[in-house]
Amino acid sequence: MQDLYRRYGKGLTWAFIGLTFFWLAVLVILPDFTLFESSFRPYLPISEVGGPKDTYSINNYLRIFGGEVAMNIFGLDVMISPRVKVFLYTIWYSGMVTFVTFLIAYPLSYYLAKVVSPKSLPTLFLLLFVPLWVSEVLRSFAWWIILAFKGPLNGVLMALGVIEKEIRWIDGYSPVIVGLVYTYVLFMLFPLYNAMQSLDSNQIEAADDLGAPWWRIHWRVILPHAKPGIASGAVMVFMLSAGSLLVPAVLGSTTSGWFTQTIQGIMLEEQDWNSGAAFAFMLLIVCTLVVSLAMWIFRVKLSDIAK
Amino acid sequence: MSASIELDNVCCDFGNFRAVDHVNVTIQPGEFFSFLGPSGCGKTTILRMISGFTEPTGGVIRIGGKDVSGLRPNQRPTALIFQNLALFPLMTIWENIAFGLEVRGVDKVTRRKRAEELLALVDLHDSADKMVSQLSGGQKQRVAIARALAVEPAVMLLDEPLSALDLKLRQHMRAELRAIQKRTGVTFIYITHDQGEALAMSDRVGVMSQGRLQQVAGPRDIYNNPVNGFVASFVGENNILKGDVQNASEGRASFSTAIGTFTAKLPDSSAGKDLKLYIRPEHVILSAKPGAENSVPVTLTEVAFEGNFISVHAVTENGTDLVAELRNDGAGSVPTPGTQMHMTFDAANSSLLPDSTTAGA
Repeated sequence: MQDLYRRYGKGLTWAFIGLTFFWLAVLVILPDFTLFESSFRPYLPISEVGGPKDTYSINNYLRIFGGEVAMNIFGLDVMISPRVKVFLYTIWYSGMVTFVTFLIAYPLSYYLAKVVSPKSLPTLFLLLFVPLWVSEVLRSFAWWIILAFKGPLNGVLMALGVIEKEIRWIDGYSPVIVGLVYTYVLFMLFPLYNAMQSLDSNQIEAADDLGAPWWRIHWRVILPHAKPGIASGAVMVFMLSAGSLLVPAVLGSTTSGWFTQTIQGIMLEEQDWNSGAAFAFMLLIVCTLVVSLAMWIFRVKLSDIAK
Repeated sequence: MSASIELDNVCCDFGNFRAVDHVNVTIQPGEFFSFLGPSGCGKTTILRMISGFTEPTGGVIRIGGKDVSGLRPNQRPTALIFQNLALFPLMTIWENIAFGLEVRGVDKVTRRKRAEELLALVDLHDSADKMVSQLSGGQKQRVAIARALAVEPAVMLLDEPLSALDLKLRQHMRAELRAIQKRTGVTFIYITHDQGEALAMSDRVGVMSQGRLQQVAGPRDIYNNPVNGFVASFVGENNILKGDVQNASEGRASFSTAIGTFTAKLPDSSAGKDLKLYIRPEHVILSAKPGAENSVPVTLTEVAFEGNFISVHAVTENGTDLVAELRNDGAGSVPTPGTQMHMTFDAANSSLLPDSTTAGA
């Protein structure tokens, strides 16, 4: 603050503070707070807004419990409301997407940070970035085409003789997972790359010299060092996946529902912004809880991630 | 446990650059051997080749008589101490030290016990459960040594491990390293660009320049009987005079220079080469009257009091600069600039040397 003042003078310093404050207060906190407030009020005709019926309650939140369907949770058959079911699936598969992006990004970032010669790095990063230039919609549709029943994937597999009959790929959650992994893998890769790049290569060599096999070097030296990077990547991928609307909409099927689609349905089709807001906040809160829980289990501090 | 190291015609090329050029040396078991040279002379490459991180492009390395080519670092009986130590910051001190044992599947109780024994060996008690960041530079140094000793290596390789420490600590750690080496009996190979460090600690020193080993000898010989100008200049200061050999016999020669003809040692290795006269400043005697031989009249130009010695710069009649170093005995008066005096040196303390024994070879 004082540093800013000394460096840029009075005018610019207040401009920075003012703009940051405007962005936070007017564009983030205020609209969110409005939604949060309205999530506790009933959905009423305009004439009744502010009337005797317009009282605070958690009825909107309880709407998630309407109806019953069967669901199998870790081998247990339970009856559960369809919205809760979609909600749980969204959290579960977002976690799975996060894990898969980690499995892909870890070896890749290790290769980029420690193996490849620095000369070819710019080219490799460019190759990684190119898909980001294409919009998310196009990329999702590209996967939709690849995975289509008469699409190229089935075609190639049949031509190679791996399968005899077309497989219906776009069914259940698999295509959604594929799409989300493809869309968000770079959000895992870059923090992981940054973390690994900051590891002194001598430590890897020292572990090697002391007799450690490659897997133990990863387990005891590289992985612990990369933990903050993994955490920051995982938080991003998990939050983005759980909040993704487009990928599940394009690559989803009748047997896959994403909670964002539920929220969208309530807000845009039922026009019930109050319940929609309640559902959105539920997703936000539960996702935050899941992230906090994961951070507690893996002993990561928030300050580690912010680095 | 210790082992000999044999470098047999070892070369290492990086593309067109020859980092190590036909190095031949045998290091005895239990010896403290230093490779001394300026940065970029190839000494670190030699260390990396012995430890297995770099493969030689020519020649053979034998450890304990066995050819180690193709063996991975973790298959060699060597332990490397890195210049920046490369301690694991996310492990405690004892976990650091016991890492090599953990890798070998030693159980936790034994590991802990061994780590504490090693901590005692390096004089670092009660630090087992601290983190690396809580230790001072010298303490980290000891942890790195203990970690390397834990795997009971036959050979310890040290890559300028003292360079990050301050002067006092560095001098203390020299003695410490030497003592640990004596206690464990492990062969130590030490890399440094600090001639004081190499001379003070080593049994033998190998001086390197441009990938070649210039001279291998005990510290005294390196300093008193350098084989060429490079070694003489790298391990100490010199007055260097150009001139021609007049007549040589029995290891001595008279040498005519622009400021007179002097007698000096003529090492066998110098025969038949373009030579210069090297005289160490501390071997120059300053007196009011000329000495019996090898004496030259000078005018003092600058007298610098350095504490333990006094550095006297002087100029001869024809403008040649000479330096003498006088020991500060506490009583003697310090000469003043402008005084006319004589500089004399003993033939036994001055050598006729080529610039480099390998130049043009």
